[in-house]
Amino acid sequence: MNKFVGQAKQEFQSLCDALFQSLKSEEDLTVNLGAENSLFVRFNGNRVRQNTNVEQLNLSLKFQSAGRTVEKSRTLSGNLETDRNSLVQLLEACRAEAKTLPEDPNQVPMQNNGQSNEEFQGDLLGAEAAAEAVVRTAEGSDLAGLYASGPVIAANRNSKNQSHWFATESFFLDYSLYNGPKAAKGVYAGARWNPGDWKANLERTKQQLQLLGKPAQNVKPGKYKTYLAPKAFADLIGMMSWGALSGATWKQGRSPFKKLADGEAKLSPLFSVRENFGLGLTPRFNSLGEVAPSTISLIDRGELRELLVSSRTAKEFGLKANAAGEGEGARSLEVLPGTLDEKDVLKELGTGLYLSNLHYLNWSDPVTARITGMTRYACFWVEGGEIAGPIKDLRWDESLYDALGSKLMALTSQAEIDPAVGTYFARDLGGGKVPGALIDQFTFTL
Amino acid sequence: MQTTQNSNFSPEKALGYAKTKADWAGLRYSSETTTYRVVRNDKPEKNSSSLEEGVMAEVLVDGHFGYAATADLSEAGLQRAFDQAVATTKGLSRHKAFAFSAEQRPLAKGEYRSPRQKNLDSTSLAEITDCLLAASKSMKVSGLVVNRAASAVLVQTDIQLFSSSGSAVRQSFDLVHVSCAATAAEGAESQTRTWAPTGQWGGEIFNRVTFATESERTAKEALELLKAENCPTGTMDLILMPDQMMLQIHESIGHPLEIDRILGDERNYAGWSFVKADDFGKLQYGSKLMNVTFDPSFSGEFASYSFDDGGYKATKEFLIEHGRLQRGLGALESQKRSGLKGVANFRSSSWNRAPIDRMANINLEPGTDSLEEMISQVKKGVLMTTNRSWSIDDYRNKFQFGCEHGRLIENGKLGKTVRNPNYRGVTVPFWNALAAVGKRETVGTFGTPYCGKGEPNQIIRVGHSSPPCLFRGVEVFGGGA
Repeated sequence: MNKFVGQAKQEFQSLCDALFQSLKSEEDLTVNLGAENSLFVRFNGNRVRQNTNVEQLNLSLKFQSAGRTVEKSRTLSGNLETDRNSLVQLLEACRAEAKTLPEDPNQVPMQNNGQSNEEFQGDLLGAEAAAEAVVRTAEGSDLAGLYASGPVIAANRNSKNQSHWFATESFFLDYSLYNGPKAAKGVYAGARWNPGDWKANLERTKQQLQLLGKPAQNVKPGKYKTYLAPKAFADLIGMMSWGALSGATWKQGRSPFKKLADGEAKLSPLFSVRENFGLGLTPRFNSLGEVAPSTISLIDRGELRELLVSSRTAKEFGLKANAAGEGEGARSLEVLPGTLDEKDVLKELGTGLYLSNLHYLNWSDPVTARITGMTRYACFWVEGGEIAGPIKDLRWDESLYDALGSKLMALTSQAEIDPAVGTYFARDLGGGKVPGALIDQFTFTL
Repeated sequence: MQTTQNSNFSPEKALGYAKTKADWAGLRYSSETTTYRVVRNDKPEKNSSSLEEGVMAEVLVDGHFGYAATADLSEAGLQRAFDQAVATTKGLSRHKAFAFSAEQRPLAKGEYRSPRQKNLDSTSLAEITDCLLAASKSMKVSGLVVNRAASAVLVQTDIQLFSSSGSAVRQSFDLVHVSCAATAAEGAESQTRTWAPTGQWGGEIFNRVTFATESERTAKEALELLKAENCPTGTMDLILMPDQMMLQIHESIGHPLEIDRILGDERNYAGWSFVKADDFGKLQYGSKLMNVTFDPSFSGEFASYSFDDGGYKATKEFLIEHGRLQRGLGALESQKRSGLKGVANFRSSSWNRAPIDRMANINLEPGTDSLEEMISQVKKGVLMTTNRSWSIDDYRNKFQFGCEHGRLIENGKLGKTVRNPNYRGVTVPFWNALAAVGKRETVGTFGTPYCGKGEPNQIIRVGHSSPPCLFRGVEVFGGGA
């Protein structure tokens, strides 16, 4: 395994041992580690704009004593002695702070949720080889984007002998190609860089860019039959993690899926969505070390089966927990495919809009699960089952109850993996698997 | 404040080592302690704090700047970071997008400290929890208020810049972000109202009476919205209050003027810009009432500072004067690449990210009208308060924004409250429909810690100060499927 991963594992175990030994009898502690050793290379105009190596380890403590909970985290230096001293001080600070707090009636007592140990080794390019591979293959193209690679670690232990370790070596190239203001988007991700796969990926994006050279189509605001390609549909579905699938948000009166959760509304029988940790994109344990079932059916043929419920929410509202994370967002969401063959998409669309990507989504009216957003990248007007030409970006505003309800005409039989490419604070783990969706009367407003 | 390992830190030795391997070298040390306190329905919800501490080693090799971040502040750790930065940067420099020089990292010496009356350090956590509990309790104005959340985020940041050319800058920030939110719900309907002061303050912000008073108002307004009619649909006049002007300025002025966007760096993530390099000095961005500044010197505003992360001295500059576009938001690298005038806004979110062009404080300068005078000029319109929803295209043209609270205006007078007020428009025509700007006494100053941009991604703090403004002929609409 990677040297960084090996050293991080050793340090994590030593620090946890030291911390657990320092606990008093009435105290409990959960320790989480998030770490990465990443290379980031940013491209503009198929040249390197910025390169950054980032080595970081962040350790967090969740301390419980006398019905109080205090959480503290800090960056680790990687020097065991320095870090051990810092963490012993941090534990002492937790103790002192707990005494100043009122009792927390919704505290979830720690328990042993088991052990796991998963490591996925990759074969990653060095910085120079990665830049060469991108720039040489894309020569002649105006490419902008980000290459990120290296190991990412998530680990958890608690004072009840629970222990989880997850480490994976991976890379992604999240990029777009430009022809003046027109652009097409691609993502190439994996654990081993394969020059043939990268070339094929780039060719597919180039072909889409070529289609953008067709005569521009003037599409006025209105309601159109619309095909959302898998990435665009993944963007729409992703909004369900902004409170719609959260048990806490429902109980706090703020859920866009309140009517669905209350049994007052249903979505289309074509639509089923689940958490599927079998996709192998993210560890099954959460920050409490609770291990989620390998699949959790959330919406089955249009009917709500379960919301994502953390143990804390379950305790407060009397719900059943399903090892959701603290934010109760999806971690590995899968929309089950339908029956529409990808090669028949344009024929079934007939006349309407083909959207490859969406942009900047937000609830425009949460109570009715209405979302607004923009079209982005390769988006086309289709006439008589053929691409007529690219559109000027359009604003849309549509309710999930409609788009995933009576307006949902078909889902494709092929679903695509949508790997997480987020890098706020650290590289994200996770992602989803989503098919394309054909939706009738999708509403465009500007 | 949590303890740091700063006592081991010796930038001089590390830079001496780096100087032998690079044409120029810099070190940015950053330590940030963040404390979160959340109370919900009168019970503690979250008590946490974090310490992020590390350095960014920066080198110039063969005309290319490159970076390596480490949290190991020992002499060996810093040397390793510089070795890594040099090796990667040397290897990639032949693919560089532009040839830079040390001129883009000027010699900088100085200090900055947030204005505050009371150190955040000396404000006890019990005192803060007490304020939040008071807020939570005061929101209990009806059984229909189903969720009452009060939170405070306290941030103390220490940033130090050092360079092989002798720079030495230290900037210390005290920042507070408060949010009190009341949700009223009945049947399928739900409305949330918030109070969210944000700024560079100390412990003086934690006043129990203010928290209780503002939170009670918030809850009463949420209840009022629950019973209110939906906002009407149509083309009408629109008055935006300062806590929505913040968002309007941010999305439709700040982002499109970022020079790194105009140069295409951001095309694959946040997007490009409708603004072209040759628009500066020519484009009539808005009406003649529109004057917009980059102002890092605005006391107490969320993103005030003296130097950016490249060591460039920050000064107040006009971006738009009498509606005409004059200057972009780009620091020395972007200025060199584009030949445009810019500002000191080369900023990073933390020790582990390289700086890029960011907004800081972008403010709309006051005009001459009182709010009453503005309302009296409206025959039919809506006054909207507090941002709720935001979305704009990747060129920053077509936007749609929603607010928490609306009031109808009819024949020059404020009328009933309406819920789910939204509006949409296109940036340049919208700003050219600016018909009145509130006077100095009406200015409100807000900010957000959550402006996202960059690859790798970064979240940064921004501030926006503005009076209320009147816009003519805007497409307004309400909620509903």
